[in-house]
Amino acid sequence: MKIPEQCLLLPADRYDAPTRGALRRWHVNQGKEAWGTRAGVILAVAGSAVGLGNFLRFPGKAAQYEGGAFMIPYFVALFLLGLPIAWVEWALGRYGGARGYNSLPGIFRVVWRNKLSPYLGALGVLIPVAIYMYYVYIEGWCLGYAWKFAAGQMALGPEQSAYGTFFSNFVGLNSHGAAYDFTTIHFADSALFFLGICFVLNFVLIYRGLSKGIEWFCKWAMPALVVCALIVLARVLTLGTPDPAKPDQNVLNGLGFMWNLGWGGKTIWQQLGNAQMWLEAAGQIFFSLSVGFGIICCYASYLKPNDDIALSSVTAAAGNEFCEVALGGLITVPAAFVFLGTVGVIAATKSTFNLGFVTLPMVFNTMPLGQFVGAVFFFLLFLAALTSSVSMLQPAIALLEEGLGLGRRASVSLLGFITAAGSAFVVYFSKDVIALDTMDFWVGSVCIYILATIEVLLFGWVMGIEKGYQELERGAEIRIPKFVMYIIKYVAPLYLFIVFAVWLRQTAGAYVQKIGHDPVVAMTVGFIVLVLVLAILLTAQSVRRWNRIHPLQKENGT
Amino acid sequence: MNLGGWIIMIVSVGFVTIFLGWCIYRVVREPEAPQKLHAQAEIDTKDQD
Repeated sequence: MKIPEQCLLLPADRYDAPTRGALRRWHVNQGKEAWGTRAGVILAVAGSAVGLGNFLRFPGKAAQYEGGAFMIPYFVALFLLGLPIAWVEWALGRYGGARGYNSLPGIFRVVWRNKLSPYLGALGVLIPVAIYMYYVYIEGWCLGYAWKFAAGQMALGPEQSAYGTFFSNFVGLNSHGAAYDFTTIHFADSALFFLGICFVLNFVLIYRGLSKGIEWFCKWAMPALVVCALIVLARVLTLGTPDPAKPDQNVLNGLGFMWNLGWGGKTIWQQLGNAQMWLEAAGQIFFSLSVGFGIICCYASYLKPNDDIALSSVTAAAGNEFCEVALGGLITVPAAFVFLGTVGVIAATKSTFNLGFVTLPMVFNTMPLGQFVGAVFFFLLFLAALTSSVSMLQPAIALLEEGLGLGRRASVSLLGFITAAGSAFVVYFSKDVIALDTMDFWVGSVCIYILATIEVLLFGWVMGIEKGYQELERGAEIRIPKFVMYIIKYVAPLYLFIVFAVWLRQTAGAYVQKIGHDPVVAMTVGFIVLVLVLAILLTAQSVRRWNRIHPLQKENGT
Repeated sequence: MNLGGWIIMIVSVGFVTIFLGWCIYRVVREPEAPQKLHAQAEIDTKDQD
C-alpha cells in the first residue's frame, strides 16, 4: 500500500505498524471531507466554543460570585478540567478520523471495541442536535435585536419595563403559541421570521460542506466578531460618568463591581471558601469550551493523522478565553453598572436572558451612540451564536453520511426536517421559555456532563494514558507534560463527578418534580427521549452497515 | 475600583491576551506542515494488502 509522502512527517519505516495501518485507512478515506487550512480548523473550533455564554453568562457569574475572586477557581478549572478534556476530545476525534470515522458512534466504536460503545456515542448526536433546536431560536433573537437597533426600532425609552414587555411579546413569553400569533406583531418583525433566516443560513453553510461552508464562514466571522466586540468595548470604556447626579455610577466603579476583591469586608480567603463559587467556575469553563458536546471530536476527526492537535486545541481554547475574559468581562457588567448601579446589576445578572435582552438594550438606548453600539453588540452575539449553531449540525451530518450512506442533499434534508420539528416545538411552548429551559437542563447540562465523563474514561482507562499520550504527541508542536495524562485519568473524572453530583443535588429536584406537575415539561422530556431513540436507531443501523463493510479487526497495521 | 480589583483584572486580561498571542505566534511560526504540500512523490510503507 502506498501513501503519499505528504501524509508523513517521518520516513515510512520510522512508523510502527499500527500507525502505518491508521495512515493507510485514512488515505483510503480521502475522498471524504477535510479541513482546508490549519487556521480554519482552529477558528471553527474557537467559533463553536465562543457563544452567548462568553458575553452574557460569564460576566453574570463573575459578578454574582465575589467579583474578582471568581477568577481563581475559574483558571484552576481551566487547567484541571477544560484544557485536559479539550485535549481528550481532539485526540479521540483524530484517532477515529484516522480510522475512517467522523461521527461519535463510529469514533467510540474504534476506541472501545465493544458492542455497547457506538450506542454511548449516540449521545454525541443527540446533544448537538437537541441543543441546536433551541439555540437557533436564541440566535434569531440576536439577529432580530441587531436588525431592530440598526433600523431604529428599539428606542423604547428609559423604563426597563418597556424592554421587558417588548422581549415578552417578541419571544412569546406570555402564553404557549404566542410566537405564532401575528395579530399583534407583523410576521417580518417576529422572532419566527428571524429564526427562519438563521435556520436557512445554518443549512446553507452545512450544505456547502466542511471546508467551503463552516471553515469559510468561521474564517471571516471570528475576526469580525472580535472587531465588533472591540468597538463596543471602546464605547463602554469611554462612558465616564454619564449621569453627573450619580457620580458613583462610573466606568471605574463598573469595572470594580466586576473585578474587585474583598466584597462586604470579606478577606480573599473567606471568598475562596465559597464552595458554590468553585462549582460555578468549573461549570462555566466546562460549558464555555464546548467540551462534552461531541462537536470537537467530530471536527478533529477531519484532521490528517499527523496534524498537530496539542497546539491547535490550546489555541482554540485561548481564543475562547480571550473573548470571554478580555472582551465579555470588560463589556457587559461595567456597561450595565454605569446606568443601573449596584442594585440594578445584581438583579440583572440573576438571569442571562434578562441581562442580555432586557437590561442591555435599555443600557444601549441610554448611552450616546447607543443605537449603533446596540446593533454592533447584537450582531456580534448573532455571529457568536451562528458559529456555534452550525457546528452543532456537523456531528449528525457525519453519522447520516457515513452510517447510512446518504448523500449530502439527503442528509441535510433529513436533518433539516428533524431540527425544524424540534424548533417548532420549542417555539410553540414559549410561555416562560419552558420548553427551551427544560431542554437546556436535560440535554444542555445533564447529557453533556455524562458525555464528557464517558470521553474522559474512554481516553484515560480504555485507550490508556500511554497510548493516549502517544496519540496526543503525534505531530505535536508543543510538548504536553506527562502529568496531564494523570490529571485526565484521575483528577478530571473525579472533578467532573463532584461538580455534576453537587450541581444535580442543587438543581435536579425541581426539574424532576416539574415533569410530574407540568404537562409541557413532561412533553419536552418525552420529545428528548424520542430524539435519543432516533439517534440510537440510526446508530444501530450504522453499526450494521459498518460491520458489513469494514468489520472491526484487531489493530495490527495490516 | 480597589487595588485587588486592578491586580486581578490586569492579571486575568493580560494572561488570556498573552496566552492567545503566544499560541498565534506558535501557530504562525511553524512552517507549513509537509502534508499540506502538493505533488509529493509516493513512498512505500511496506504494508501488505
